[in-house]
Amino acid sequence: MSLLAPYVTGGITPNWTDYLLAARDAGADMIEIGLPFSDPTLDGPTIQEASDRALARGATVDSILADIPDLGVPLYAMTYANLALRKGFCASLRDAGITGLIVPDVPLEELAAFDGYDIDVVLLASPSTRRDKRREIAKRSSGFVYAVSLMGTTGEQEALADAQELVADLKEATDLPVMLGFGISGPEQAAAACRYADGVVVGSAIMRRILDGATPKEVGAYLTTLRTALN
Amino acid sequence: MQIDVREPSKLGRFGDYGGRFVPESLVPACEEVEAAFRAAWQDPVFHSELDRVLKVYAGRPTALTPAWRLSEELGITLLLKREDLTHTGSHKINNVLGQALLAKRMGKTRLIAETGAGQHGVATATAAALLGLETTVFMGEKDMERQQLNVFRMRMLGAEVVPVTAGSRTLKDACSEALRHWVTCTEDSYYCLGSVMGPHPYPWMVREFQRVIGDEARTQCAAELRAATPDYVVACVGGGSNAAGTFAGFVDTPARLIGVEAEGGAAMTFGQPGVLHGFRSMVLQDEHGQVTEAHSISAGLDYPGIGPEHAHLADLGRARYVTANDKEVLAAVRKLAASEGILCALESAHAVAWVLRAAASGEIEPGSTVLLTLSGRGDKDMATLMELT
Ligand SMILES: Cc1ncc(COP(=O)(O)O)c(C=O)c1O
Repeated sequence: MSLLAPYVTGGITPNWTDYLLAARDAGADMIEIGLPFSDPTLDGPTIQEASDRALARGATVDSILADIPDLGVPLYAMTYANLALRKGFCASLRDAGITGLIVPDVPLEELAAFDGYDIDVVLLASPSTRRDKRREIAKRSSGFVYAVSLMGTTGEQEALADAQELVADLKEATDLPVMLGFGISGPEQAAAACRYADGVVVGSAIMRRILDGATPKEVGAYLTTLRTALN
Repeated sequence: MQIDVREPSKLGRFGDYGGRFVPESLVPACEEVEAAFRAAWQDPVFHSELDRVLKVYAGRPTALTPAWRLSEELGITLLLKREDLTHTGSHKINNVLGQALLAKRMGKTRLIAETGAGQHGVATATAAALLGLETTVFMGEKDMERQQLNVFRMRMLGAEVVPVTAGSRTLKDACSEALRHWVTCTEDSYYCLGSVMGPHPYPWMVREFQRVIGDEARTQCAAELRAATPDYVVACVGGGSNAAGTFAGFVDTPARLIGVEAEGGAAMTFGQPGVLHGFRSMVLQDEHGQVTEAHSISAGLDYPGIGPEHAHLADLGRARYVTANDKEVLAAVRKLAASEGILCALESAHAVAWVLRAAASGEIEPGSTVLLTLSGRGDKDMATLMELT
C-alpha cells in the first residue's frame, strides 16, 4: 500500500480544519499544512491564490497553529524561509503537535537553524540535483524524502513527469519513504507514480477544488479516489 | 578597522546577510552562474570585451560634472557622476552588458529579467538585441500601467513583456515570477537580475559589474579635488546597485558613504532581518513575517528589500542609510534642473534631496566635498511630473 499525503493551505476558509478531518477520514497517511507566505516563489497560480486568500482572511502562523485539532496522523508544515527562520518558529510548531517541517528555500548549508527542536526536517531533491547531492539530501532528510517530479513550480499537470531515476537514486541512499510531489493531479497519475515511489503528495489538485468552493465532504470524496488508486 | 568587502564568503555571505536561499531546483543553475562568473572575471579576454562595449556602445567613461551653481549656493563642492549620460539613460546598462556577455559565454540563448520602473527591462532588451539573444521581461501589471513608455520601448527592442498579476502586481512580484519561470528553463535561459540582490552570486556579481562607476569616479575625483577623495559619497538605494558600485570605489578611503532610500521603501530604516528572493537582508514586513509593499514616487526604488552587502556595511558602521520623501524628491528634481540644466530620474533625485537637506542643516559641514551618483536621467518620469505639476 502506498502513502497518500494531501496538502491543505492553512486558514483558507473559516472551517479549514474540516478539510484536515476529511483528509484523515479518507485515509491520508500524513497531511501537509501550508503556512501561507506573501511571496511563494516555488508555488504555481493555484497555491499562490490559496495563500493570498488565506492571508486576506487574516491567517497567521499563530492562528493556523492554534486551529489545528488532534488528528492522529503526522502533520508536516510547509512554508518559506522568511517564516521558518523567525525566532520561536520551530518551538511553536512542536508545541502545536506538528511532526515535521518542509522549507524548500532553505538549502543544505543553512539547515543548522532547525537543529535541536526535535522535529523532522524533510528535504527536497529535484531532477536537476546532481547524483552525489541526491545521496546527501536523502541521508540528511528526516521523516521522509520529497522528490520533486519536475523542473517547475507546484500546479496540476496533464501528464506525470518521469521521475523514476531521481526516486531510485534517493531510495538507494535511504530507508525513509520517498514521496513524489508537484503536478500530481488524479488517481491514474498517483497510481503510476507509486509504481516506483513510496507515496505521493497532492496539493494543487485539492486546493483548486477548495478555491472553487468544494466542501470538506467533496474533497474527502476526491481523496477517496486517490486512496483507492493507491491500495 | 580592516574591512574586506571584496568578495562574500563561500556561502555568499556578507556578514550575516546574503546566502543562497533558493529551492534545490535552482541551486545547480546558481552554481553554474557562479562558476562562469568566477572564470570570466579572471579572464582578460572577457574584461577587454566588456570594457570595449562599455566604451564604444554604452558611452563610458561617464563625465564627472561639478554642480557649479548648486555648489556655490550650498557652500560645498558637489560633483555629479553622470550615469544619466549612458546609453539607455541609467547605470543599469553596466550590469546588463556584463551579464549578457556572461550569458553568451555560457551558451545561453535567452535572457529573463524582472523590472519595476522598466529601466532594467529596457537595458536588458537592449543588451539582448546587441548580442542576438531573446528576452522575456516580467513586469507587475500595476507597473506596466505606470510606465507605459518603457513597456513600449522594451517591445520596440524585441523583448517579450509578461504582465505579472500575482500579489501586489509590482516589482517584488515580478521578481518572484522571474524566479518561478527560471526553474522551468535553466538549460537555455539566463536570469539577468537587475540589482545587488537575489541568491549568491548575484549580489556580488552585480556589484562587480557596477564598480566601474566607483572606480572611474575615484580617478576623476583625484584629478578634480585637492584632497583626492571626497568627504561624502552619496547614492540612491533601491536594491542598491548604483550605490554598491559607487561605494566599491571608496570603501577603503575615509569618505563617508551615504545610501538614500525612498521613505516608503526604506528596508534599512523600517525593515527587519528576513529572507526574500533568495537572500537574507533587511526586509519590509509585518509583525507576522509577511512582506509588505514599498510605495514611493519612484517605481525604481519600490523594493521591500535591500542588497545584503548594504546591510553588512550598515552593521559595520561603514555606510549610513537615510531616507528622502516624495515631496523633497520632487523639489530636488526641480532644483537640479533649474541650477544645473540636468533633469535627473526620480530615483537619483533621492540622493540630491538628501544633499540639499544635509547641506542646509549643516550636517554636511560647509566646505565639504561631496560625490553624488546621478544614476539616471528623467525622461521616463516626465508623465509622472506632468501629472504632479
Ligand atoms: C535611474 C535609477 N536609479 C536607481 C535605481 C534603483 O536601483 P539600484 O538601487 O539597484 O541602483 C533604478 C531602478 O530602476 C533606476 O532606474
